[in-house]
Amino acid sequence: MWKWLHPYANPEVSYHFVGKLLPWISKITIIFLTIGMVWALVFAPADYQQGDSFRIFYIHVPTAILSMSIYVAMASAAFCSLVWQFRLADASAAAMAPVGAVITAIALFTGAAWGKPMWGTWWIWDARLTSELVLLFLYLGVIALHNAFEDKNLAGKAAGILSLVGVVNIPIIKYSVEWWNTLHQGATVSKMGAPSMSMEMFWPFVFSFLGIAMLIAFVICIRFRTEILARNGMRPWVRELITTEGVK
Amino acid sequence: MQFDSISAFFDMGGYAFFVWLSYGVSAFLLAALIYTSHSNHTKVKRKIAQRLQREKKLRKAAEKQSASAEQTKQKNSVVENSSKNTNEVVS
Repeated sequence: MWKWLHPYANPEVSYHFVGKLLPWISKITIIFLTIGMVWALVFAPADYQQGDSFRIFYIHVPTAILSMSIYVAMASAAFCSLVWQFRLADASAAAMAPVGAVITAIALFTGAAWGKPMWGTWWIWDARLTSELVLLFLYLGVIALHNAFEDKNLAGKAAGILSLVGVVNIPIIKYSVEWWNTLHQGATVSKMGAPSMSMEMFWPFVFSFLGIAMLIAFVICIRFRTEILARNGMRPWVRELITTEGVK
Repeated sequence: MQFDSISAFFDMGGYAFFVWLSYGVSAFLLAALIYTSHSNHTKVKRKIAQRLQREKKLRKAAEKQSASAEQTKQKNSVVENSSKNTNEVVS
């Protein structure tokens, strides 16, 4: 069933496959992100209570959702690497960690900048905000472990165990608004069934979400290729690639 | 279009500071992420290329050394032979 996936465990095949994907991903990113941002900033209606500060929503919510998605993806890769010894899975986990950290930082920052005018405070130590901050520290820990060892396999193992343990934080973030009293509002978009927002606000959200997701995919692909090269620098195919491409 | 004028757009209904701060910082962080990822990629490539160059140099130097060593060996043997010859002549 998974046989078609096996060739991609070869670093060379994966490197060239991702290289072929990159131009398409960048084009889709530009299209979706432009539509999403212009729609969000100019054409989407203002909220009847929050006015135009509501436009922060179009960055805050996609980055917050994606910060958790990237973590789950990274932990899945770490699991594959630990259980089946896929070396490339380590490379992809190492590629995802810094991207996830930046996205989490953006979610936290835009949340603070939205909280100041709406709640009257930049920060409050409640469940949702604190657990999201813990997610940022988990990302930083994973990055640190990936860089802590000269031996990349050992580093991948250590970072993988940390990212698997940290998965427990994901449901805590997701359900924190239901389990505890918090200033943070509940889910609006990812609610079961229809989202509880008007379609005029929902569609620009869809475009900005897809735009940011594709942008993240773009960066992860670049970093993934870098990791492959760095880990396979002695292989003949890398030597050939570098000599034929020349140094820029 | 939700705004009557450009200035109304930049004012964001009084929330200009917070909205533009959010969008600005996000754009800056994402741009920085893309830039560092890209420069990292070329850096790794350059490092590998440098290593290849160094290997090439070392190999060339080793070849030269072994070649010159052989030459001196040959010279020495030639000298030895000639001295032998002269000895023979003298005797």
